[in-house]
Amino acid sequence: MSETLTLRQWLLTDEPTSRRHARLASLYKGWLTLRGNTMAMFGLGILVALVLMALFAPFLAPHDPYVQNLGNRLQPLGSPGHPFGTDSLGRDILSRLIYGSRITLYIVTLVALIAPLAGLLVGTVAGYVGGWVDVVLMRITDIFLAFPRLVLALAFVAALGAGIENAVLAISLTAWPPYARMARAETLTIRASDYISAVRLQGASPVRIITRHIWPLCISSLIVRVTLDMAGIILAAAGLGFLGLGAQPPSPEWGAMISEGRRFILDYWWVATMPGLAIFTVSLAFNLLGDGLRDVLDPKEGSQ
Amino acid sequence: MSLLDVENLWVKFPTRQGVVEAVRGISFSLGRERLGIVGESGSGKSMTGRAILRLIRPPGIVEADQIALEGQNLLDLTEKDMRAVRGERISMVMQDPKFSLNPVMRVGDQIMEAYLLHNKVGKVEARKRSLEMLQAVSIRDPERVMRAYPHEMSGGMGQRIMIAMMLIPNPQILIADEPTSALDVSVQRQVLNIMDDLVKQRGMGLIFISHDLNLVSEFCDRVLIMYAGRIVEVCDADKLHQATHPYTRGLLNSLPRLDQPRAKLEVLSRDPTWSEAPSVGGRA
Amino acid sequence: MALSENTRERRVRASLAPWLKGVLVALGSVSITMLGLLLITFIIGRVMPIDPVLAIVGERASQTTYDAVYEQLGLDKPLLVQFLYYLWDVLHGDFGMSLLNARPVSEDIKRVFPATLELATLGTLIGVLLGVPLGVIAAVRRGSWIDQIARVVALVGYSMPIFWLGLMGLLIFYGVLGWVGGPGRLDIFYQDIVPTRTGMILIDSAIAGEWGVFRNAFSHIILPATLLGYYSLAYISRMTRSFMLEQMSAEYITTARVKGMSERQVIWGHAFRNIRVQLITVIALSYANLLEGSVLTEIIFSWPGIGSYITTALLSADMNAVLGGTVVVGLIFICLNLFSDLLYRVFDPRSK
Repeated sequence: MSETLTLRQWLLTDEPTSRRHARLASLYKGWLTLRGNTMAMFGLGILVALVLMALFAPFLAPHDPYVQNLGNRLQPLGSPGHPFGTDSLGRDILSRLIYGSRITLYIVTLVALIAPLAGLLVGTVAGYVGGWVDVVLMRITDIFLAFPRLVLALAFVAALGAGIENAVLAISLTAWPPYARMARAETLTIRASDYISAVRLQGASPVRIITRHIWPLCISSLIVRVTLDMAGIILAAAGLGFLGLGAQPPSPEWGAMISEGRRFILDYWWVATMPGLAIFTVSLAFNLLGDGLRDVLDPKEGSQ
Repeated sequence: MSLLDVENLWVKFPTRQGVVEAVRGISFSLGRERLGIVGESGSGKSMTGRAILRLIRPPGIVEADQIALEGQNLLDLTEKDMRAVRGERISMVMQDPKFSLNPVMRVGDQIMEAYLLHNKVGKVEARKRSLEMLQAVSIRDPERVMRAYPHEMSGGMGQRIMIAMMLIPNPQILIADEPTSALDVSVQRQVLNIMDDLVKQRGMGLIFISHDLNLVSEFCDRVLIMYAGRIVEVCDADKLHQATHPYTRGLLNSLPRLDQPRAKLEVLSRDPTWSEAPSVGGRA
Repeated sequence: MALSENTRERRVRASLAPWLKGVLVALGSVSITMLGLLLITFIIGRVMPIDPVLAIVGERASQTTYDAVYEQLGLDKPLLVQFLYYLWDVLHGDFGMSLLNARPVSEDIKRVFPATLELATLGTLIGVLLGVPLGVIAAVRRGSWIDQIARVVALVGYSMPIFWLGLMGLLIFYGVLGWVGGPGRLDIFYQDIVPTRTGMILIDSAIAGEWGVFRNAFSHIILPATLLGYYSLAYISRMTRSFMLEQMSAEYITTARVKGMSERQVIWGHAFRNIRVQLITVIALSYANLLEGSVLTEIIFSWPGIGSYITTALLSADMNAVLGGTVVVGLIFICLNLFSDLLYRVFDPRSK
């Protein structure tokens, strides 16, 4: 008991003793603020559950998501052994949803790594180097921004061929420009500040300045933006899946499941409804968490 | 009877960390005089000005035994009646004309709006009065200024426009909240002289809120010194240099003086007991 | 007299020059963006795994026929030359032939576009009429129950897959309740009654005075349009709210209150007045987004618009049609952006 109390006090100190101490303390304070936000914690809870569900899918799923049973097709909600019913090929919808969480997480994680990193790189280089490099890079960014995102993703997938990896690539290609813009704007402000001049006077190379001094400061706004974008990424992936351009059957991707269920929507509504609810829940969770994170990391934007 | 009588005024803001008391039970009165309120930032001086106009928005709380304008307690008025007080009887000039003028409305429209709100006349008449008012604040080319947008005006011009706008409904009291802090030093005096002349001509009461002791002592009759939401000292402006409270003395000593040059200026040291001591009454 | 006129003219020209310069710069940057857009579509067309020659001549054509078509399509030329050809064609409104129905893609697009335009316009209208007041009220009564509702409405809008919501709408309002028309633009009974003028059935039928057709078309369009309108509402109300909050905390609002204005006058006469230009930009953007968002909606509602067109072409590997559709939607996007940019220049006095 006293041990935890001292840890808490150590974390809440006003006078950190080391850099790591200061960083941990500010993380802890951020966490305390976030914990006070019920909706954000609700979102976080859902996401943690989602990750656990994906990890332990084989133990949680009552059935094999791929095994067809035509004699048992289109069973309604709550039928014995199939709480969410079965689809047109007699596969258990609950099990498919559970396994589908793996695909959703896979896509979201990849896009959330590729797009912000690409944007960060382009944006900071453009902002720091300036001159014609800036002009060219930002012009390219503008061109991508000018494209309607889904249509561009469609065209990319059409060119690259359907499939999860290509869907990830297509979504990333349409998602990076806003990050680049943001990183550039931040870089411009940071670059002008006195301590960057001081670092430069000490002889730090541009690469070191960008990676060690500019990137860490861009990260927090980037994280907020990524979290808020996650919902959009999920929806885009589901949209591509729905159009048959993302994950291919028999893969239990949620968007593709809606597409399968669409044909019998009027008679067997649950087949398309359940995966839609799953998508909605997860993107709602990301939105709630993103709102909360924005309040913590970006107080000037938040609480407005 | 004095124009304005404020008794036991409190301004509070509930926050997550508890209630912040910006103004803590101050009392003062204002006649047809120029009253200065001086204090550092956070001393509650601006909040006092805004509380009189009932401009503190929720969740902020204003409490007072009374804020009486010629005997009428403003706290008893409905919001609708209060609107008739604002502008027409009490008006306020704020710090920076860059922010206090609407950036996308022409200057003329903003001044005419102030006049039309309190006078049932046509646009032609309002326009005529606005031009006169702009001339009264020494604007040479009022026709052009009427058509201009605020961002096309310099700071000094903007503040004169602001004064014209606030005085056009002919109020009895003008609250000037740091009216020259955002201006170049070269035009500060000019703007203050214009304001001062108008206030004297019209026999108005002026509450001049500032952090600048010298300016206040020059343009006011009486000075209230605020610290941490309380009035710590009241004195006549011309006797300011005989002030006794250590805070006032500290403020005075931290300013350079031409008549008494010294090698090193004092740094103000604060005594926690100052904020505990009860308010001094500011009634004339 | 002549002199004064002369000076006035000079003054007008002087005040116009920087404005005109801004417009020219904007136009220049837009044309570069358009060039980039065409370059990207061109590249996408080149990396397609589909052989465009095979698609035309078929599997069993002889090598000579194949080579002839290969040359005819200009595929033997360097890539840059090919791009210039492509540019030339697109600038002349030529997107090539649809491989599916052997008709010019441009004609197909002309035929399907009005359907999308009708849907997106009605959707935007719904989004603006509901979203703007909602955003204003939410900002003014910050923290009140109406603000909470606005927040939830927007949050759900941001989190719901549009195609799924469309399906649910069809299920409930068409399947169960029967309040609205089903998929498609018209019931079969009403088709081909009104002559096509604008291609937008609501307008065409109103011109023709065929109110039966109008009513039927309305019953078909109202559900998808409301759906799109909801998404537009979520976005517009959030943006309106944050713009309003920014303005309401500005000092000139205090000035307006000091003048003795009522809260309503302060809100609509000052704060709202100052966000109008920003708001139009947001509306233009959301309109562009709806044109795109209609891709998925159109499929759900079997709406014969450009979204359905692109998707159908995509699934049958009709690359000319896909790229043609992409270019058209991209150009509209750019034009709407340009339009809102110009609005800023014209209506915001600070930008001059």
